[in-house]
Amino acid sequence: MAAEFAVELRDVVKQFTTPEGNQLKAVDHVTMQIKNGEFFSMLGSSGCGKTTSLRMIAGFEWPTEGEVYIEGNAMGHTPPFQRRVNTVFQSYALFQHLTVFQNIAFGLEMENAPKDEIEKRVKHVLEMVQLTGMERRKPKQLSGGQQQRVAVARALVKVPDVLLLDEPLGALDLKLRKEMQLELKALQQQLGITFVYVTHDQEEALTMSDRIAVMSKGKVQQIGAPVEVYERPANQFVADFIGESNFFEGKISSLSKDEAVVFVPELNSELTGLPVSQGLVNGETVTVSIRPEKVLIAEHGMNQNTFTGKVMNTVYIGTDTHVYVDLQGKRVKVFEQNRISRLDPGSFYTVGQDVILVMMPENVLVLKKG
Amino acid sequence: MLKRLRENKSAQGTLLATPTLLWMVGLLIIPLLLTLVISFGKRSPDGDVIYTFTLDNYLRLIGYTKDCDNGQASCFDPLYMQILWRSLTLAFNTTILVITLAYPLAYFIARAHPKRRNTFLFMVLIPLWTNFVIRVYAWMMLLRTQGVINLVLGWFAGLLNIPFTPLEMLYTPGAVLVGMVYEFLPFMILPIYTSLEKIDTSLYEAAADLGANGIKTFGRVTLPLSMPGVVAGTILVFIPVMGTFIVSDILGGRQVILVGNLIQRQFLDARDPTFGSAASLILMIMTLIVTYFYTRKFGFGEEIIVA
Repeated sequence: MAAEFAVELRDVVKQFTTPEGNQLKAVDHVTMQIKNGEFFSMLGSSGCGKTTSLRMIAGFEWPTEGEVYIEGNAMGHTPPFQRRVNTVFQSYALFQHLTVFQNIAFGLEMENAPKDEIEKRVKHVLEMVQLTGMERRKPKQLSGGQQQRVAVARALVKVPDVLLLDEPLGALDLKLRKEMQLELKALQQQLGITFVYVTHDQEEALTMSDRIAVMSKGKVQQIGAPVEVYERPANQFVADFIGESNFFEGKISSLSKDEAVVFVPELNSELTGLPVSQGLVNGETVTVSIRPEKVLIAEHGMNQNTFTGKVMNTVYIGTDTHVYVDLQGKRVKVFEQNRISRLDPGSFYTVGQDVILVMMPENVLVLKKG
Repeated sequence: MLKRLRENKSAQGTLLATPTLLWMVGLLIIPLLLTLVISFGKRSPDGDVIYTFTLDNYLRLIGYTKDCDNGQASCFDPLYMQILWRSLTLAFNTTILVITLAYPLAYFIARAHPKRRNTFLFMVLIPLWTNFVIRVYAWMMLLRTQGVINLVLGWFAGLLNIPFTPLEMLYTPGAVLVGMVYEFLPFMILPIYTSLEKIDTSLYEAAADLGANGIKTFGRVTLPLSMPGVVAGTILVFIPVMGTFIVSDILGGRQVILVGNLIQRQFLDARDPTFGSAASLILMIMTLIVTYFYTRKFGFGEEIIVA
């Protein structure tokens, strides 16, 4: 019977010694459970511990504390060549002295697979990544996107339990990257192999993943589906890192089972009817956050959560117009979708114009501090 | 004129190459042609060159000689062929031995902490600061009958009460081989190191990831990717070993005569420049043939410069 989780990290710590002799916890008590057949992403900026975590799953690094499990088996100090996982490297790490065919066959030859089987499987996987006919080329004779496909094919031909991908699309241009995102996702769904994907690109993580682990400073900040991570960020870091947010400092002035009221000194006003998340305490200082696209510029205000401000600046970016509004000295970002043609200059708000901002209670998040 | 030069890349190239080209023509091509002419000449009784066209020198090299013991007009003496063959096998053995010694060391340096690599490379280069001849003399001090090695061995034998006759190490083919290996080791270490150092560590990880253990990774990834260094090193070692005469002169004495010694003696002792020229050209042709077949198979190791 297959184990419950394809990969599990239990309270894993990885400590490095910096060149200056200091101890650095690259991964700091990380626990995550990756389900079988899942597309799981680790998302964070550089130095957040995502790549180190991935390398510990692959076996290139061993945890200082804690344990990595693959298909339910504790890995300990099992070397990479004895783990049923394969990696797609950021640099592709293709063998320049071997042809495309030989690169892909490498892993099968290490298993001592029979020659005709190698031929069959390499051919099959080449079809899968649409590289048929390129068998005899050397990696140098391929474009970046093609090299990337060879790297994927070389790992997939082994039919691993888990495929690890370390920023595999980082070196490609935007358009190709988007194409490859969809292709990789389709490939994963078609094969049903667990993908663990490391990226610093939030859009990429949101597009492809079933679940995302948002990481910062060696710690997991939140694990959840893309919708959860975006719509219900666990803390200010996640709300800030994924997408954009307006933050206000506040204090809970009243708290019931269904709704909270937060007094925001910066606005000299209360925000009412806010959704309640777990662990909030009455009187606690909190951060209130709302996404720029969820702030509405209205003609008429409502009874609650309505503010009047002055337009400071508007920026047209094609799909949206970003409006920056001065709300009693506090700058609030508002994103409006360009649902109408903006060819008429009169369709923009003018600088200095008074506008009414409405923050619908269900769109406002109350986040615990720290 | 200057403006045209600025725009014309190929003219710039020609201009930049001109000094070297003049140097090569004046000091390599012309002397080589002179050597060729002299090699077909005859030695006058007082050691000058008589310019004629005769193949005598070449015939003498392949063993045809007019200098016979039993009074015959001509007979076969394989002496010079033996010398050529000895030089060839010595160069071959030296190269193989140098590769076996240099590769592990280069590998060790390439895998060492980046901070320490320069120190190690520096240590490899230190012997080159001392004059070539002096370094060979040092080996003489080590190897001779009353040399350091025999002294130490004798001391140990004395401790253990074993009768000890000093080993005869100097003036043997082994001594020449040791000297050659020592002299040319750095020229193999450096190119192998360069090619090993350039291998991206992620390739080792990729090999391990695909199921290769250490030995398989070495055989399938490390070794093939470092071959350019081995090839370049082989060219740098094989060719000079074929021609050098100092090592065999000092460590081989009269026992180990190589083509280099033969040529040197013809010019300086025997005062027969015509025969010396012929031997030089044969050496060059032999080296060219070996290098040609070798590079046709393995290339020049140019990848370590280009890639």
